[in-house]
Amino acid sequence: MNERAIVCKGLTKRFGDFIAVNNISFDVDQGEIFGFLGANGAGKTTAMRMLCGLSYPTSGEAAVAGYNVFKQQEAIKRNIGYMSQKFSLYESLTVKENIRFYGGVYGLSDRQLKEKGDELITQLGMENEVKKMVGSLPLGWKQKLAFSVAIIHQPRIVFLDEPTGGVDPVTRRQFWDLIYAAAEKGITIFVTTHYMDEAEYCNRISIMVDGRIDALDTPANLKQQFRATSMDEVFYALARSAKRSAD
Amino acid sequence: MKQFMVFVRKEFHHVFRDRRTLLILFGLPIMQILLFGYALTTEIKNAQIVIADHAKDAASEQLISRIAASKYFTINSVALADNEIEAAFRKGKVKCVVVIPAGFGNDLLHGNSAQLQIIADASDPNTAKTLTNYLTAIATDYQQDLYPTANVPLRIEPLTRMLYNPEMNGSMNFVPGVMALVLMIICTTLTSVSIVREKEMGTMEILLVSPFKPTYVVLAKAVPYLVLALTDFVIILLLSVFLLEMPVRGSLPLLFLESMLFIITCLSLGLLISSVTSSQQMAMLVSMMGMMLPTILFTGFIFPLENMPVPLQVISNLVPSRWYYMIVKAVMLKGLGPGVIWKESLVLAGMTVVLLTISIKTFKTRLA
Amino acid sequence: METVTLHNISKTYGKGATPALKDVSFSVNKGELFGLIGPDGAGKSTIFRILTTLLLADEGTATVGGLDVVKDYHRIRSSVGYMPGRFSLYQDLTIEENLTFFATLFGTTVAANYELIKDIYRQIAPFKDRRAGKLSGGMKQKLALCCALVHKPEVLFLDEPTTGVDAVSRREFWDMLQQLKQQGITIVVSTPYMDEARRCERIALIQAGSILSIDTPDAIINAYPGQLYALKAAHIPHLLNDVRGFEGVGQCYAAGEYLHMVFRSGSEEHLLAFLEGKGHKDIILKKIKPDIEDCFIRLLTTTHQ
Repeated sequence: MNERAIVCKGLTKRFGDFIAVNNISFDVDQGEIFGFLGANGAGKTTAMRMLCGLSYPTSGEAAVAGYNVFKQQEAIKRNIGYMSQKFSLYESLTVKENIRFYGGVYGLSDRQLKEKGDELITQLGMENEVKKMVGSLPLGWKQKLAFSVAIIHQPRIVFLDEPTGGVDPVTRRQFWDLIYAAAEKGITIFVTTHYMDEAEYCNRISIMVDGRIDALDTPANLKQQFRATSMDEVFYALARSAKRSAD
Repeated sequence: MKQFMVFVRKEFHHVFRDRRTLLILFGLPIMQILLFGYALTTEIKNAQIVIADHAKDAASEQLISRIAASKYFTINSVALADNEIEAAFRKGKVKCVVVIPAGFGNDLLHGNSAQLQIIADASDPNTAKTLTNYLTAIATDYQQDLYPTANVPLRIEPLTRMLYNPEMNGSMNFVPGVMALVLMIICTTLTSVSIVREKEMGTMEILLVSPFKPTYVVLAKAVPYLVLALTDFVIILLLSVFLLEMPVRGSLPLLFLESMLFIITCLSLGLLISSVTSSQQMAMLVSMMGMMLPTILFTGFIFPLENMPVPLQVISNLVPSRWYYMIVKAVMLKGLGPGVIWKESLVLAGMTVVLLTISIKTFKTRLA
Repeated sequence: METVTLHNISKTYGKGATPALKDVSFSVNKGELFGLIGPDGAGKSTIFRILTTLLLADEGTATVGGLDVVKDYHRIRSSVGYMPGRFSLYQDLTIEENLTFFATLFGTTVAANYELIKDIYRQIAPFKDRRAGKLSGGMKQKLALCCALVHKPEVLFLDEPTTGVDAVSRREFWDMLQQLKQQGITIVVSTPYMDEARRCERIALIQAGSILSIDTPDAIINAYPGQLYALKAAHIPHLLNDVRGFEGVGQCYAAGEYLHMVFRSGSEEHLLAFLEGKGHKDIILKKIKPDIEDCFIRLLTTTHQ
């Protein structure tokens, strides 16, 4: 069965005269790694907010994990995970306390918390850091931990907003190992990034320009379509045509 | 010099483009004046009182009519038995009872010392104190009118406040207090936040990596707020003179100079706060909690300082606004000159020198 | 001639903390475009702050334009241009006001050095009455660059000017730096994006407070030991897992469309046979030239071991 994790039809968001997201339509399959690219101000963040149930679309339809973005925002929030470069863990709590806190927020039982928490720590190889303050960990570790915590409640979809910004190339790849592992378990990955090599790791990618989705396909097909040798060139060709410039 | 002026102009841009700063700058003084002038006044109007007149002679009737004539009291009923008095208090309607003992008039005329019992509901101590003050004042007035030439030794402590405020206009005491409070908030909070904002935004890094001297950064920050605070001072003064009908009995230039001194004290304090904090929230918290609360508590315009325990009175000496409050009261309400307020001015000047020295010394020419 | 020098610079923030810089030495020649390449937390900003006299190093000495960063800090401050990591202009002032402010602060006027910023300023001039806070990321960077240049500095320090800026603006920004270089300004620039290293004349790869390597991008690439391979098959995640399980392979990691890998002992034939045995389809294995990121990864993993 090819269940859809996200179904999005004609989704639009206006702020007064400004059309931040202009009639975008796409589907994401369950277990797919979906790259959501676009220049600054193209409307990525606004679109992501609507899908996460944080803001109402002006028009159009969308279902996330089978729930309607207009009527079932609470159900959406229970079934997704979210992680961004800016949103991280509580720096003044220990690794374990952070895990317990976020697990608790998503209503995990004590037993589940223990099981999941131990599994997560083993997977990250952080046995010696359990009692350390998150603030004292290197950035790369924080990001990996934040990702693992974001999927501790086994959501159907996890939204990642530039999760690897500023991280060193080795840690960046370890991060993607975690993403692959999560996708193998059937979690849908919805990710934005500024690193074009990371775009290649996605099953499919969409590129937003001025609020629209101007391209949507597998990386290989897109490169063929734009006669480009790398995603960087594809992105450049599309983003260069952008009229809008806002942050 | 040109660099300095450009910096000052930039500060004005910041202020006039930020609605919140403008609101604090100009909304706050107006709001405070109106609030304290009209709503939060401790002055009491039409308080229900009961008079138990056991004398029923000419003197007691005269006194009662004087009390009745005052707009502060509404006489509920006359003559009550002792047990009725307590019942009336319990119901909470009556704030104060005046018992005029039998033979009041006779004692007053011949014995030279007549007794008057004032019983107040002290569950609300402020009201009780105010009411008894008012009643004592009326009684003393009456006494004085009876013997205009006599030297009555009774007139002491509680009357001093009303001496310069014969209409017992409550807002008078607040205006100097509000001035102190508003100037304090604007100078410390706004300056400290504006410097810390540069640290937070990263612009401080660029300013430091420029030939512009760090000391000038501090001074250029202070100048606009000095101007703005003086504007506020004028606004408060105009509001209180024309709206609250406050008199300015002393010299206006003196008042202006003293206010300028106080503003500089507060600015130095703001600069000090900004050099020891690194986030806007922290600066806000320190200046609001650390400065506003002591200003309200220890200035003496809401809670009389003389009623406080000695340790708190000692602490109050450290609060600049306390001294400014005394100065304003002296100049504005009593019409006194520099000869009387030099001590207070000297204290403020001393504080300024100390604060300014520390804040310029602690201002970092580097990041860490 | 060396315009910027660092000798054995070390810096630790607070007692007991991990050192931010460990014995860092390098120099930048006059008129050079020098890149500091490394991830967040590598120590790039600390280097900039020491060179711009904002921080004192615990150990070591540094000079800028022949002046000591500790003793002559005041003279250095008027001869360098600095663009800190975060966007550090006044958001509530317009483009023009910001520029005028910084020009005056440095005791000059916009007109006096207009020639230098002309090409950059022209791109944002149509919006000169717009407040800086309302500009796009790329435009903010251009304005910040103008402000850092307006007093015609001898050395320009740019701390991660392209972070958080989209690919198009990044490219434009590097083009502008090339033009500035033509005008003889020494530029020290940092970036976490490895692909930008190629736009510099010389680079220092930096990680965890230590310099891994300093040279021209080409020399660093040529110094890569052994042969790098690119490998691809239908299912990349599975391929990565399987290759890592193959004994003859040293390092293997994802790199865009392909996996990059080096052999420790095995041969191409062995690996291909092994992978076909695992059921992989459409396998492509080819020799490639490494890029800076490959070099960085190799340096990182060898120093870690």
